[in-house]
Amino acid sequence: MCGIVGLFLKDKALEPKLGAMLSEMLVSLSDRGPDSAGIAIYGALSKNEAKITIQSAKPERDFRGLDAELAKAVGAPVSIAVNSTHAVIRTTPDKVDAAREALQSLRPDIRIMGAGEAVEIYKEVGLPETVVDRFHVRTMTGTHGIGHTRMATESAVTTMGAHPFSTGADQCLVHNGSLSNHNNVRRELIRDGMKFETENDTEVAAAYLSNRMAHGKNLGEALEGTLSDLDGFFTFVVGTKNGFGVVRDPIACKPAVMAETDQYVAFGSEYRALTKLPGIDNARVWEPEPATVYFWEH
Amino acid sequence: MPATTMSKAGRDQSHARVFDLSQHSLRELNQALHKLTPGSNETAWEVLNPKGSHSVAVGVDQPVSIDVRGSVGYYCAGMNNGATITVHGSAGPGVGENMMSGTIVIKGDASQYAGATGRGGLLIIEGNASSRCGISMKGIDIVVHGNIGHMSAFMAQSGNLVVLGDAGDALGDSIYEARLFVRGKVESLGADCIAKEMRPEHIELLQGLLDKAGVTGVKASEFKRYGSARKLYNFNIDNADAY
Repeated sequence: MCGIVGLFLKDKALEPKLGAMLSEMLVSLSDRGPDSAGIAIYGALSKNEAKITIQSAKPERDFRGLDAELAKAVGAPVSIAVNSTHAVIRTTPDKVDAAREALQSLRPDIRIMGAGEAVEIYKEVGLPETVVDRFHVRTMTGTHGIGHTRMATESAVTTMGAHPFSTGADQCLVHNGSLSNHNNVRRELIRDGMKFETENDTEVAAAYLSNRMAHGKNLGEALEGTLSDLDGFFTFVVGTKNGFGVVRDPIACKPAVMAETDQYVAFGSEYRALTKLPGIDNARVWEPEPATVYFWEH
Repeated sequence: MPATTMSKAGRDQSHARVFDLSQHSLRELNQALHKLTPGSNETAWEVLNPKGSHSVAVGVDQPVSIDVRGSVGYYCAGMNNGATITVHGSAGPGVGENMMSGTIVIKGDASQYAGATGRGGLLIIEGNASSRCGISMKGIDIVVHGNIGHMSAFMAQSGNLVVLGDAGDALGDSIYEARLFVRGKVESLGADCIAKEMRPEHIELLQGLLDKAGVTGVKASEFKRYGSARKLYNFNIDNADAY
């Protein structure tokens, strides 16, 4: 099964509540997937600052003193905000690649969840309630976010197998379904320079979109490409720095419901996920059409 | 069952037994419905705060009336046998799955496979239905005021599917003897499904269904009929291309 949610705010007044709203939506879908859960949240942009979200199985050992060591390695100021097994590293945008490289040698066991100017990604094994509590997601603010609760089918139940998957700056994706041609698509993407962390099918979809956008496509065009190039069952919800998109495969057997008001656009695997949103009783609620790309940008 | 759930409801359902799903579990509701016996005086029920719950009022087998105030999730009113169940909202996947008899009314939209495998009764969807509406239907009548999605009436065996709007791709793929009446356009027909002549007996049948479903202002003559070309009932090598 798996459960996915997405929330794109139009009303700035709701931004302080983004984490709380997204958490509520995700927790309501817990019984669609108890294996692991994750959330990507797009916060306000800070001038001349980029973020890298990292994860460690031994956070006390790995995160201690890391900011100073990284600052020395990249030659620019670096800060670190630890949040349970995750931490957000902040530095100047031009030092992100150098910091990623330095991380690999300074802390080889650390995993990079994602990077960008806006996105932070938190994911772990466990129920949505446990995961959002662990990372204090309810207190997070932002403009848009996506979330996932997983019932694993195509790869192991691990932190890195949890969604969202991020394969490009400020890009991430959650998926309900399973892809059947992911091995072949992965090989093609590797040939084109993409890097993979797992054997997971969803990571391939994320990398496919990142690759298309790196080749100059916009989010809508990249999503359109999934319909011809990816084989299998999918409902995808994706986030970019300023956008949010949804696409379902032509068979569309994976469920999806959307709601839109003047304040937000929301996505849920089921209507249950939307019932606590403000003004839902008067929202436009609809089921996204198969093989049809929907996207919104700020 | 706590006595509080026995409270009498207000204006339009003066004798309804009100069941608030924000106060009581779904299992309590369904068990109370399953305990009904023939001749029970509790003939009117009202369900509040469904909030997308799954399996609301499944397996009801007494001729009671149930009004659900809000939208429901998966499998609402499945296996209904004789009850009149009205959802004052939209329904998730599989509404009225395998209905035996009775009536289900969805005031909003219905998601995938509404009325799947239904053997009898009447399912009315006042909004749109999504993909696979009436898949493998076996005697149920389905009336959709809006449009239906792709692969509807796949392998439909008997019963009637009436659509006031349009139908999506592959309507009636591998259909047996169900009758499909569509007023709008059909995106495409599935394997072995063809347009058929509307003879007087079909007009009469359809008019009866429209009347039963309370549809007014629409004439039976505005519909086209679709059904099986009967080429795929038994395997014949000459028809191999049709599969």
